[in-house]
Amino acid sequence: MKPAKFDYWAPASVDEALALLTRYGGEAKILAGGQSLVPLLNFRLSRPAALIDINRIPALAYIRAENIAEPGPAHGRPPTTEGVLTVRIGAMTRQRTIEFSPAIAERVPLLTEATRWVGHLPIRSRGTIGGSLAHADPSAEYPTVLTALGGSVVARGPKGERTIAGSELFQTYLTTSLAADEILTEVRLPAPPAGAGYAFEELARRHGDFALVGIAAVIARQGERCTMARLATSGAGPVPLRLRAAEEILERDGFGDAAIEAAGRRASELVNPDSDIHASADYRRHLAGVLTQRAIKRALTQATGG
Amino acid sequence: MDSGELAHVRLTVNGVPHEGRCPPRKLLVDFVREDLGLTGTHVGCEHGICGACTILVDGEAMRSCLMLAVQADGAQLTTVEGLARDGQLHPLQEAFREHHGLQCGFCTPGMLLTALDFLRTNPQPSEQEIREGISAVLCRCTGYHGIIKAVAAAAPVLKKS
Repeated sequence: MKPAKFDYWAPASVDEALALLTRYGGEAKILAGGQSLVPLLNFRLSRPAALIDINRIPALAYIRAENIAEPGPAHGRPPTTEGVLTVRIGAMTRQRTIEFSPAIAERVPLLTEATRWVGHLPIRSRGTIGGSLAHADPSAEYPTVLTALGGSVVARGPKGERTIAGSELFQTYLTTSLAADEILTEVRLPAPPAGAGYAFEELARRHGDFALVGIAAVIARQGERCTMARLATSGAGPVPLRLRAAEEILERDGFGDAAIEAAGRRASELVNPDSDIHASADYRRHLAGVLTQRAIKRALTQATGG
Repeated sequence: MDSGELAHVRLTVNGVPHEGRCPPRKLLVDFVREDLGLTGTHVGCEHGICGACTILVDGEAMRSCLMLAVQADGAQLTTVEGLARDGQLHPLQEAFREHHGLQCGFCTPGMLLTALDFLRTNPQPSEQEIREGISAVLCRCTGYHGIIKAVAAAAPVLKKS
């Protein structure tokens, strides 16, 4: 048998799963879709004492849209009493369900587009949004979407529930700020303002592979004026990066060719990629600039404001 | 359950109920091949890259090397053995034969079930969409052209049925 021995539990509730996590004191792994974890088990790179399989907790799979009062300004808008329209996605929602969800296509179409870059159809049939975020591969698509949209995740632990901003979640390669006794239960994505444009650009050696570099862009415009710009990377460092200095160029100078080019150049300067057998750091840096420009231009064609 | 205990797995494969006992770490593909004796599903890379072991789990294509057998307890599986009916090849298999969609046949079971699920979600695909759809499975013989032709030829037939 490929994986090393492990105890196996398939609890029916999050409470039960949390009790098991505590019982194994950091020696257990949560099994979500398993599309990253099972290969690690098969190679015996990961040898947990126990797997806590949360696939039999139906309460963790849902997609809901509602207004949530955000603690801080979302998408540059001031917080309001009625809150910001937010899509709440249960951690065990399959990537395939997200790909074909009309509610997500309507409110956070960036997520729909990014999902088509996640592995292949048979991977997306099984893979989950919560698993992808908790795995925190910096070349994956969902951490980039969470970063671009300024979203957050909900984690439950023995002491209760807390919300973690995307910017606080990713620490470094494959490492999050989730505690060993916590489970990621929900993903919250604030919907961009109506009329915003979006694009997810990515280059990989083969379709379905992890990105050499990916760029997510969300922009809003009033005529030639940029009212909001969100740019985030994948594959260009140990965590997904918000390209704030590149966003500022657009917010200051608008969407002329020179501004878009300058934003791309700044993106290249901001990223800190590694070299590996797939691509050199220099190439990835170059790619970050090119894809940033492409993503802005394509997002612009969809933005309807003004 | 403890790592040494045996999990009781009851599932339906190609409409036939099966059950067995296996350690929790046994992969679904190994359970299907070794415990159920259904060796039509091939096992290639065993880490989710090659796609040879792709089967339908509750109607959706999944890598059976990236699931534990115990996770499929209660599931409905379709494997390549379930495609032909009464000695008649499935229209997709017929198209693969007609258009030289296989040579050695190693990837074919995974290719067929991936294509079947793909055509269900996209019954009228463009050639580019077929290329993307089958990119989930690696083939080292055909150069893919015959497979693409086969999937394109099967699409209208499956849409009718």
